[in-house]
Amino acid sequence: MTAPAEPRARFRDLVAAEWIKMWSLRSPPWALAVSALLVVAINTNAAVADHNNWPGYPEGIRELFVPIWAMRDAFTIGGAMVLMLAAASIGALTLVGEYSTGQIRTTFAAVPARRSVLAAKTVVVTAVTAVLGAVAAVTSFAVTQAVLSGRRIGLPFDYPGATRVLLASALLAPVCALVGMALAALIRHTATTIVTLTLLLLVLPSLVTERDHATASLLHALPQGAWAELVTVGDSPVPVTYPTTIAGSWIVYGLWSLAAVVVAVVAVHHRDPAP
Amino acid sequence: MIEVNELTKRYGGTTAVKDLSFTVRPGRVTGFLGPNGAGKSTTLRLLIGLNRPTGGTATIDGRPFRDLPRGLRHVGALLDAHDIHGGRTARAHLSALARSNGLPGSRVDHVLDEVGLAAAARRRIGGFSLGMKQRLGIATALLGDPPVLLFDEPINGLDPEGVLWVRGLFRRLAAEGRTVFVSSHLMSEMENTADDLVVIGRGQLIAAESVTEFAARGTRSNVTVRTPDPAALTDLLTAEGADVTTRPPAGDLLVVTGLGATRIGEVAHQHRIRINELTTGSASLEEAFMELTADSVEYGTGDPR
Repeated sequence: MTAPAEPRARFRDLVAAEWIKMWSLRSPPWALAVSALLVVAINTNAAVADHNNWPGYPEGIRELFVPIWAMRDAFTIGGAMVLMLAAASIGALTLVGEYSTGQIRTTFAAVPARRSVLAAKTVVVTAVTAVLGAVAAVTSFAVTQAVLSGRRIGLPFDYPGATRVLLASALLAPVCALVGMALAALIRHTATTIVTLTLLLLVLPSLVTERDHATASLLHALPQGAWAELVTVGDSPVPVTYPTTIAGSWIVYGLWSLAAVVVAVVAVHHRDPAP
Repeated sequence: MIEVNELTKRYGGTTAVKDLSFTVRPGRVTGFLGPNGAGKSTTLRLLIGLNRPTGGTATIDGRPFRDLPRGLRHVGALLDAHDIHGGRTARAHLSALARSNGLPGSRVDHVLDEVGLAAAARRRIGGFSLGMKQRLGIATALLGDPPVLLFDEPINGLDPEGVLWVRGLFRRLAAEGRTVFVSSHLMSEMENTADDLVVIGRGQLIAAESVTEFAARGTRSNVTVRTPDPAALTDLLTAEGADVTTRPPAGDLLVVTGLGATRIGEVAHQHRIRINELTTGSASLEEAFMELTADSVEYGTGDPR
């Protein structure tokens, strides 16, 4: 018996397959919905607090509120941390979920081109988490600024720098998701992967200070540090010893994403799945 | 056609497979036998590129499997029924696999029907019994209608009806001209199914031949004799060069090897010893297998040989 005529292998079939895999599990839709709601809730809570406290704020704070504090309410550090962890976990689970169950062997028996499988996963994970980030960022901006406009201190979508803030918050999700996938490819164990992600993305930035040049540079080179720079609008009220740049922060996003994809592809291609 | 040539796989200091060479032909069911830990699963993983060999080659229809961009149309493999994400339904699992290989969605329904899982298609795999997972694994192997099929211990967990079904399926797949390679650690599973056998022990080839040839290599045939005077007959037959053992409980039953039934009858007749029963038995495949692999059992019990 000879093999029947085979159609050309198409990358988009792999993407479609990964899409089916993503949405045929119970947890991804729930994880996405719950994390988006949680991020919006955390940001809204900050705006509501400012709205309520506004009459008691001293003149110094009121002067700086627009745009610095109003923009910080649009996407708070708390919201960013939840988004980072959610996106990183979703990215990690699409791969570590296959290694921990053994599914990866069935996947590679069907598609021996491992790098193509990883590329297809990258496309789906990036797209899904970018939408998560965009929904969380746009909704947070609309809701928080609507709350603040009750005190006439809300910002419109076309305020200078607003687009950058939205983009930086939205893209934080796919950057972290790809980092999650890379660690999953290296570690291949669910709990260890999630703990390592938490340490790297959330704990490490809070441990390093901006007091000396080396640690300040490390902070700026982490996704969270880059995000913090990108969502800052207006001049800082306190002097900054080691400033970073907007362009540099976008490059940090790009390098983390690129490095993550390379690590994931190389690790999966060269290290065979355990027997 | 599967060709394995000088295949070697080492994990650290452990050699799982060593200089293994054999060919598996299309149109036949080939049993892949060996005791636990003999290297059967390792060989199958090397065949579908899940692991890289330390040395040698394993090709399917002339090509290493890992050089193929998509696999399901070339080789269908059931290596471990548990290699599956339990969170998906059977249909979703197969749909994703079909899509990845550009196979039409109609193949999913077809193979679900074929393995008898149509009614469970929308249930999550996590709730499946081992037998159902084996059926799903077989469905996965059949999905791309491939010319070469590999099954690692497919009988595990199947009920008697399932075992009969799977034997019939293998026979049919081979009759359609496909290459069917089925591993097992039990000879009895293969006796009624396989045409050819590849037998390995401790990662090395012991035999690669037809079932008939293999059976002929086994233990010499024996003759069972029932007589009221076993002691006298034992002495006479031993003098003729035969091995004689007495079988309990009554002690009147002798098992004779090394002498044919005709000669035993003559000897008894000459010495006027009455014989109540004289039966020639042929060694079973199971005995042939046990004998050939006895020296290569990795996890043996009892006295070391």
